[in-house]
Amino acid sequence: MLTSESRARIDREIAKYPADQKQSAVMAALAIAQEEHGWLPSEAIEAVANYLGMAPIAAFEVASFYNMYDLKPVGKYKVSVCTNLPCMLSGGVDAGEYLKKKLGIGYNETTPDGLITLREGECMGACGDAPVMIVNNRRMCSWMNPEQIDKLLAELK
Amino acid sequence: MAILGALNPMLSVGLDGDNAWRLADYVKRGGYAALRRILEEKMSQGDVINEVKKSVLRGRGGAGFPTGLKWSFMPRSFPGDKYVVCNSDEGEPGTFKDRDILRYNPHSVIEGMAIAAYAMGAARGYNYIHGEVWEIYERFEEALAEARRAGFLGSNLLGSGFDFDLFAHHGYGAYICGEETALLESIEGKKGQPRFKPPFPASFGLYGKPTTINNTETFASIPYIMNLGGETYLEAGKANNGGTKLFSVSGHVNRPGNYEIPLGTPFATLLEMAGGMRGGRRLKACIPGGSSAPVVPAGPMLDCTMDYDSISKVGSMLGSGAVIVMDETTCMVKALERLSYFYYEESCGQCTPCREGTSWLYKVVHRIEHGKGRSDDLDLLASVTTNIMGRTICALGDAASMPVQSFIKHFHDEFAYHIEHRKCLVPVDVQRAGSGFFTATV
Repeated sequence: MLTSESRARIDREIAKYPADQKQSAVMAALAIAQEEHGWLPSEAIEAVANYLGMAPIAAFEVASFYNMYDLKPVGKYKVSVCTNLPCMLSGGVDAGEYLKKKLGIGYNETTPDGLITLREGECMGACGDAPVMIVNNRRMCSWMNPEQIDKLLAELK
Repeated sequence: MAILGALNPMLSVGLDGDNAWRLADYVKRGGYAALRRILEEKMSQGDVINEVKKSVLRGRGGAGFPTGLKWSFMPRSFPGDKYVVCNSDEGEPGTFKDRDILRYNPHSVIEGMAIAAYAMGAARGYNYIHGEVWEIYERFEEALAEARRAGFLGSNLLGSGFDFDLFAHHGYGAYICGEETALLESIEGKKGQPRFKPPFPASFGLYGKPTTINNTETFASIPYIMNLGGETYLEAGKANNGGTKLFSVSGHVNRPGNYEIPLGTPFATLLEMAGGMRGGRRLKACIPGGSSAPVVPAGPMLDCTMDYDSISKVGSMLGSGAVIVMDETTCMVKALERLSYFYYEESCGQCTPCREGTSWLYKVVHRIEHGKGRSDDLDLLASVTTNIMGRTICALGDAASMPVQSFIKHFHDEFAYHIEHRKCLVPVDVQRAGSGFFTATV
């Protein structure tokens, strides 16, 4: 369930911690496994746990606690829109509604072609750039007015 | 430019240009000189801590605890491992200053942490960066590699015999990890659930070892304090409120962004720096220190200066310096509803009063906002908050309660109107216009 490339990346994370604290690398390892699979199937969580020498249930606890891990399949692109107060004051809620209308789906739904999953996100620590959204946990998109959203959607193919 | 404006700045000096974050640029503007001098002069640990105490630097993460005092709690003669940890888990709604510090001035954090490690005898450190700012996390790793190559991190720093290495750890979506003991649990590879205190991290921290946790901006300020001297740094702010601080201004202003100003600067000046109110509308209220800080109505806010003591006098907190500005198009019930949802969503579930209470707060505010409020709902909300506050392991329960109490206290009539008339005092199209989103095409 983990490619040799993923294992090599996890090894680099393990090296950050004292030799007897491999479990500290679990958050990074789960993120790497999620990049590999697109989401986190139980088998991948178990493989991470085994690789780090921890109980699978302990790794599952971590995967289910932090909200950027996806325990169910998502579209090719996951777009999380911040609607928290500072973003809301600058159009975060409107941006979410605009996306719903454009994509024809609600929050926590995926377009029928499996391309885009829409999420309502919590504060992303970029309120000065409101409205903000994050694509696939990696790319922060700032100042997302209707024009910028249209541009982003055209890009996500 | 990284920081949109500044008055007598320190942290944001010379951050123009794409390479400001690089080691070479940092060194050119005086970076790592403080660390070099401390190591070359073999300054005593006590002298370093005293300098920080003299600066009256107060924790920039939200609590405002004096940094020098915190450092002095670390056991000096402890024989085993000790840790310094940086809290860059910036998820408090309204706060986005650490993102810019790490993006444009990461080496100031690295140097500050190395100085802290020297003063407290720690050989290892971690910077916990929240997962939402992935590009910042990657950049910080690059900055660490640069510092290691130049001998500012690793073993035998600059030939001094002092060892310190620093690593980046990323979060993955949990506001609660900004609580320092939850953050430690998270580095240990567990759910981020806060620990009961005492014992405090200075005696039982990361992996059970003495640990000091400071905010990103706090560490970033250390090199400037060591270069200028504690007293000069203090004088840059005002008595008991040393130095300059970054303020993250968001909401209904023309130029949202980060501004560095001396503590004690009038709020009105900060508002003006941020381009004034959007559309020339009137200020209605302001949350001066991040979503957990009590809301302050326009009148008293306009009389405030931006420092710990002045904000505290109007019944709020300077917190992390996140200034959320709301104009007259804001429905205060809707604003509170969204904040309450946030705390409900982010409660870690460990303590019953918080887990259940935040759910009640959200559901009741939600039904008021949606025209289903009951006549005794405001009393119910008050009762839920008093049953949460002071009854939980960490401060998230209090943080969820304070907005509820302050919104209802200052905008009672608006909540009462909602309940009685089953609609908002501020028409929906007026609220929409306030956000500015639909001024473009739809």
